[in-house]
Amino acid sequence: MTSLLVIIVLVLLAVAIWQLTKIFDLTQIGGLSDNSQVANDRDNNINGYMMFAFLVFIYVTTIYCIIQFGHFPLMSNSASVHGQDVDNLMWISMILIFIVQFITQALLHYFAFKYRGKQGKKALYFADNDKLEFIWTIIPVIVLAGLILYGLYAWTNIMFVDEDEDVIVVELYAKQFSWEARYSGEDNVLGKANVRYIEGVNTLGVDVSDPNAQDDKVVTELHLPKGKKVLFKMRSQDVLHSAYMPHFRAQMNCVPGMVTQFAFVPNKTTAEMRQHPDIVEKVAHINELRAKKSVELVKKGEQGLDPYNFDFLLLCNKICGPSHYNMQMKIVVESEADFKKWLSDKPTLVSAVKAEKEPKAEEGAAAPADTTKAPVADTTKVVAAK
Amino acid sequence: MSAVGHDNDHGHDHEHEHHHKDTFITKYIFSIDHKMIAKQYLITGIIMGIIGVGMSMLFRMQLAWPEESFGVFKFFLGEKFAPGGVMRNDAYLALVTIHGTIMVFFVLTAGLSGTFSNLLIPLQIGARDMASGFMNMISYWLFFLSSLIMVISLFVESGPASAGWTIYPPLSALPQAIPGSGTGMTLWLVSMAIFIASSLMGSLNYVVTVINLRTKGMSMTRLPLTIWAFFITAVIGIVSFPVLLSAALLLIFDRSFGTSFFLSDIYIAGEVLHYQGGSPVLFEHLFWFLGHPEVYIVLLPALGITSEIIATNSRKPIFGYRAMIASILAIAFLSTIVWGHHMFISGMNPFLGSVFTFTTLLIAIPSAVKAFNYITTLWKGNLQMNPAMLFSIGLVSTFITGGLTGIILGDSTLDINVHDTYFVVAHFHLVMGISALYGMFAGIYHWFPRMFGRMLNKNLGYIHFWVTAICAYGVFFPMHFIGMAGLPRRYYTNTAFPLFDDLQNVNVLITVFALVGGAFQLVFLWNFFVSIFYGKKAVQNPWRSNTLEWTAPVEHIHGNWPGELPEVHRWPYDYSKPGFDDDFVPQTVPMKEGEEELHHS
Repeated sequence: MTSLLVIIVLVLLAVAIWQLTKIFDLTQIGGLSDNSQVANDRDNNINGYMMFAFLVFIYVTTIYCIIQFGHFPLMSNSASVHGQDVDNLMWISMILIFIVQFITQALLHYFAFKYRGKQGKKALYFADNDKLEFIWTIIPVIVLAGLILYGLYAWTNIMFVDEDEDVIVVELYAKQFSWEARYSGEDNVLGKANVRYIEGVNTLGVDVSDPNAQDDKVVTELHLPKGKKVLFKMRSQDVLHSAYMPHFRAQMNCVPGMVTQFAFVPNKTTAEMRQHPDIVEKVAHINELRAKKSVELVKKGEQGLDPYNFDFLLLCNKICGPSHYNMQMKIVVESEADFKKWLSDKPTLVSAVKAEKEPKAEEGAAAPADTTKAPVADTTKVVAAK
Repeated sequence: MSAVGHDNDHGHDHEHEHHHKDTFITKYIFSIDHKMIAKQYLITGIIMGIIGVGMSMLFRMQLAWPEESFGVFKFFLGEKFAPGGVMRNDAYLALVTIHGTIMVFFVLTAGLSGTFSNLLIPLQIGARDMASGFMNMISYWLFFLSSLIMVISLFVESGPASAGWTIYPPLSALPQAIPGSGTGMTLWLVSMAIFIASSLMGSLNYVVTVINLRTKGMSMTRLPLTIWAFFITAVIGIVSFPVLLSAALLLIFDRSFGTSFFLSDIYIAGEVLHYQGGSPVLFEHLFWFLGHPEVYIVLLPALGITSEIIATNSRKPIFGYRAMIASILAIAFLSTIVWGHHMFISGMNPFLGSVFTFTTLLIAIPSAVKAFNYITTLWKGNLQMNPAMLFSIGLVSTFITGGLTGIILGDSTLDINVHDTYFVVAHFHLVMGISALYGMFAGIYHWFPRMFGRMLNKNLGYIHFWVTAICAYGVFFPMHFIGMAGLPRRYYTNTAFPLFDDLQNVNVLITVFALVGGAFQLVFLWNFFVSIFYGKKAVQNPWRSNTLEWTAPVEHIHGNWPGELPEVHRWPYDYSKPGFDDDFVPQTVPMKEGEEELHHS
């Protein structure tokens, strides 16, 4: 039905355009009997004015977009320490862009309007001018030099982590289509891991015999302490993923076969963030929309939507398969005391592995000799030998 | 079959008579005439363009009205990929992937470069044909074959390639990860390998032709900027396309022969795979070593076309001819050392990120020079608002709007947070997608008389331009803002995140603009195909242009010029030169006594 409607609309549109051009053609035959299909003074005039109108359109679109969608949620109110630098640089770049955009579009479209063609007019023969070329080479050079310097300064601060620093090491583990996190425990060192160790509850493939792995804890909700540097070590089980934490201005790909890293200091707790006026306004707006939609859904006999409350999120931002669009993990930032309490309640991975194996101990005594398990055991040896 | 028989009849003539008598097959199908090959490229490009743009309409509808049932989905995707008319999530990814592939390679590389390099290089430098007409023909037919394979891949049972047009492994290597990485991906790789062979043959031909076959008097500093652009584009293609070929071959090895170039330590679908020691980051390097120059392979020809059209229609010399050439060369050089800005957060050493930030932002300088030179060319001109001119001005506008946000994406610090969001989608669609498309439209409106001996209807051209211009901004301008709100690209729907609920109305707005803009391309298609047969007959030099192609007769003949090749006496931009009555002085007009060259060359 929709396609039929679309086709009808298109056909009508085509007819309308055809008639319009006919009218255009007829009016011109009356006037100049010009059918050369080359622009004449009338075309130059109309399109010249259109160029001016288009300039206005660009400005209106810009202003409309800024007012309507421009809460710039990712240009202010960052939740990490380095986020402030990123935001500053973003603001500087944005303002610069808007200024240059404003001026160049104005010149381009105004010239197109002002110098629209007229029969008998002669253009100025102006082939080159080294001074002008020099000016508009040197200005971008200076401006860009400034941006590059600030950018590289911020980049170096963000990306180069001093290993001796007092950091909490956390592993982010990606797989189609969910996230897990592993805390390194008291020793702050993550136990060795490889996909070849993956078995049962040991979904991250941690080598449970590694002394460093004894106190490692695996969770599916990421908790971070406020004010403490967190060094994320990222791994992937299957394909490329990207750990994107927009509110912290943090992102790094998770690459199978290697460990990548990113570090930041969260400086706002989830509770603080929820009270921030920008977030309060955003949440209220979203809930308004959700309530409206819920009413519609309930009318159709479906389930309504839950109201939304702000949470930090970890999103996957590298195409990773059909359900890429729903690969997320909740992040909770809290005070260091709350964080410690939360973590101490979690069991270690090693104890979970033991608990899983115990009840099976008797029936599964022959399991290691099982044909399906044999190759896994072999590769484990190879990895261990390396 | 009758056509084949016809060919045989004339085979006899070929041996005994020296003047060519074309059969249907040698004239329209296996032609070695560059003008016909250009038309073949153009029409194939347009057909691929219809498929590519059509796909974007479908996935835009899914984004605006997620998981709703549409008759068009059922019609185009079938019950399997759109059960009950609701698009499946892997079908969405397949559409996005093939849309990107088709638009970047098949429309804006082959369709644009193939058409206009073939048409204009011999005609504008005063040559009878390409250096090797036969290789040119092979180049087109390989392109046709690769297009055919790409289209066939849409119909395989497990669906076409769906790992994004960048086909990063392991996703593209493992059918367990996404169904499209099965037969569909194999066909994608085969198609691209053939495409690259085609592109290389074309590029070699363009380079050799420009260097060797220029007519008397046509020095390098008298070449129109179109030729400079095509020439440098071909050089970039020769440098970078083979690297993609090697990446594709290694990926084929990984997929089919169990090697581990790009794969390591993978556990999927309940089992550990044997791959050990490879790195997906290596693939990213190889891919973007082509992938970034590819942007300029797409863009430079469009800028070359724009330079020529803006000068002609402003009735003014292009401002800063030497600076334009210098900036093309600078862009070409820099384009091969900036690929890492696609990989700031790929896990490569952050120090490399610093280097690539530096080189990337440098490329803004020659780009700025070009933009300012275009604007200055308009200044005090006598602008003839032909549709080609409108598209050229439109190109400068979108080139600036899209290019400026490159300052943000090229900066590694800022890229952290907008990488792979809609901000990127907005940026590259404006700066290379729309700009190159405008360049292509401009070229078609301008050289249609040269190709088909008839004029396109200008009023339809005006309608086409203005609606397209408004819709292009309507689609891509708001996209920056949803990108800045953190919405990742390649999401089937954003309903899984209440955080993004307030962006849904923007998505609807974008889709409405996209649908209207897409529908109005039918105006162009109508104009194009009707005018080929019924357009107004063109005069020899309708735009009163200086370049050599307009000195050739309207009717296409083998060898382009009936008698001697034209001789060139001046640069191509003597428009409104003082001392001449006409506001244009063709390149074939000898310098008057005492006449000076008023430009630096």
